[in-house]
Amino acid sequence: MKYIYDLHKVMLKQSLLLVYEGEFSQEITKAVLAMAERNMDSFGEQRKVKTKVFNVMVELLQNIFKHSQSYQEEIYGKNNAIFSLAKTDDYYFVLSGNPLFTSEVESLKNRLDAINLLDAAGLKEERRRIMKSNKSNIGKKGLSDKGGAGLGFLDMAKKSGNKIHFDFEQINDQLSFFSLRMTIDRNIESKSEK
Amino acid sequence: MDVINLEPTEDTPKVILDKNRQVFEISGRSLPEDAAEFYQPILEWLEEYENQVNPETKFMFKLEYFNTASSKLILDILSKLEEIEGASVIWYFHEDDEDMEEAGEEFSDLVDIPFDFKTY
Repeated sequence: MKYIYDLHKVMLKQSLLLVYEGEFSQEITKAVLAMAERNMDSFGEQRKVKTKVFNVMVELLQNIFKHSQSYQEEIYGKNNAIFSLAKTDDYYFVLSGNPLFTSEVESLKNRLDAINLLDAAGLKEERRRIMKSNKSNIGKKGLSDKGGAGLGFLDMAKKSGNKIHFDFEQINDQLSFFSLRMTIDRNIESKSEK
Repeated sequence: MDVINLEPTEDTPKVILDKNRQVFEISGRSLPEDAAEFYQPILEWLEEYENQVNPETKFMFKLEYFNTASSKLILDILSKLEEIEGASVIWYFHEDDEDMEEAGEEFSDLVDIPFDFKTY
């Protein structure tokens, strides 16, 4: 049973507030969000930071269950992935990892690299461009077949105010493991506290 | 006209669309799994309303969070309002929430309707 103690130590060492490993769904998303929120409330995190963390978490969690591929479903269940929230004195880290088809790696990497080249104004402009092109397609038509608006990563980059950290590991012939880390500063100035 | 009156949930906003009482409001959190499905009845309601509009339609958004899929549907609602004479938007944001303020500015830039910004 020592692994429980080891796991406990890893979580403390990496400042992990919560870790969820398993199947992802909207129900799980809601539960994870509620836990994170309660956790941040418990030490009185400022509203502004909390809102940013929450926003990034929502996009990340919904991305996972819309895009994660099932991997050894009989062992891990459907859309198996890992999600974690970590907190240090200065930052929150929103972390995720999920399997996806290796054939999708290159386009995803290019997309994330392109987003990372943009500054705040560039992110805003790109967002506007996508929204404008969606405008004439009312309802479902303007969304992908998975119900996304194509804005998730842009929005995460914009709200977090930091670059997207990511990498890919090969799992087998078909699948790769996509790891992502978003960083949110805890020490952003709050208007009402000025 | 029928009234739409939806209680808020963990992942969907409170919605009131009431022509007689002149209340048009979406508030709270909007992060449903299927945003298109959630907003479909609201878009349909607005289509019907378009044929029997009040002289004035002040549509209030008071959102705490919304996901990117919802942002697309909010834009759809605004596009419908664009076709309604006398429509305007009251966009509420928490005084500490610049992202929500900016989101409102972004929307106001994409549609041709008067926006009134208010903090809470």
